[in-house]
Amino acid sequence: MAATDVKLLGVGPSPYVNRVQIALNLKSVNYEFPEQTMGSKSELVLKSNPVHKKIPVLIHGDKPICESLIIVQYIDEFWTSGPSILPSDPYDRALHRFWAAYIDDKLSPVMRELRMAETEEAKQVALDRSSEGLALLEEAFTECSKGKSFFGGDNIGYVDIAFGSSLGWVRASEKLAGVTLLDQAKTPGLVSWAHNFSSHQAVKGVIPETDKLVELFKMFQAKAKAN
Amino acid sequence: MAGASSDLKLLGAGPSPYVNRVQIALNLKAINYEFLEEKFGSKSELLLKSNPVHKKIPVLIHGDKPICESLIIVQYIDEVWTSGPSILPSDPYDRALHRFWAAYIDDKDLRTAEGEKAKQLAVERIAEGMALLEDALGKCGKGKPFFGGDNVGYLDIAFGSSLGWLRATEKLAGVTLFNEAKTPGLVAWADAFSSHEAVKGVIPETDKLVELAKMFKARAQSQSAN
Repeated sequence: MAATDVKLLGVGPSPYVNRVQIALNLKSVNYEFPEQTMGSKSELVLKSNPVHKKIPVLIHGDKPICESLIIVQYIDEFWTSGPSILPSDPYDRALHRFWAAYIDDKLSPVMRELRMAETEEAKQVALDRSSEGLALLEEAFTECSKGKSFFGGDNIGYVDIAFGSSLGWVRASEKLAGVTLLDQAKTPGLVSWAHNFSSHQAVKGVIPETDKLVELFKMFQAKAKAN
Repeated sequence: MAGASSDLKLLGAGPSPYVNRVQIALNLKAINYEFLEEKFGSKSELLLKSNPVHKKIPVLIHGDKPICESLIIVQYIDEVWTSGPSILPSDPYDRALHRFWAAYIDDKDLRTAEGEKAKQLAVERIAEGMALLEDALGKCGKGKPFFGGDNVGYLDIAFGSSLGWLRATEKLAGVTLFNEAKTPGLVAWADAFSSHEAVKGVIPETDKLVELAKMFKARAQSQSAN
């Protein structure tokens, strides 16, 4: 594939965009990443994703594919010569899809609440919910990994990408709220998983540094308050 | 591998479009299963044990393994029973399209609302969605009867399962959602889908759903008055 055949529309700090970058890296696919300006939507994004007007959008040839996890599955199904992202067993696939949906529908919203919490009370509620969710993911990790390093086993798989892409923001939330989310005592599996994930070849350099995300968040908050 | 009745159980309730999705998928693959109906307003021990995270139907129990979330179950069925007709298309881009629109349907609020103004807004919102899906039918179906082409596919199941409630909404709110002039493709598709072998008898009659909706509303009102 020529580099220009695959184009990713997105911004570095978006964990949804990071998912796609990690998947493309796993498959060793070359791609163009014309970074979009934060806070504004380019003509190309609006044209390629008229329904949601959101990033990421993967443009393969002239075909746009939208929604991060749909893009990851597309990448897995098109580039079959690379390592598989989804497991081969149908039940394991169902488990991975279940936990990826849980992460998007339940866990990410509470983590966002934690970052946004303005009162101690709101923070505590968000923290309790986040801990609950992480406890479930710790169990899921035990079940899916079967003693190996990743949810996908020996290699990074679908849930690794779905959850791992948010590690930058998880760390940022810890700093902003002054809490520990990935706790050695409560979620030891996830703690070592996070380390393994972050140091993986396909992930290094993709997720922005925690401090950068903290600064970005503070900037957004300040802008929002000014408006 | 044919599923024996005892090997496969579906926890659900007839009026749930999410449960209907699974029933249609199982019918497409000609699989036998036991249907364990959950009573409205209560959750059985088996449901709580099989889906501890969400405590929701449908749950498919295959052997001793529970699979949750309707569209995840449909994909599981497609991937285990490979001898039957395929539910997802084979081309990766077509698969992405089907998944995109199925997610759109699940995220889009297809319910109407109380009060003239709210109802008007809800109907506009649904009409917007219908226009987009009319377009998607052309792109996915490429002139054939279903989103899946000649056969009922993933997106047909994802959207078609809501036909009962959409018809009920038309009656309850006194509106037309399937408009021959605006969405002729969807009108023909709805007819083809509802008369398909795998679908017949699955989605409850519109009048039954209308009655159910009235009953839910009455219950909710009496509960909030107490």
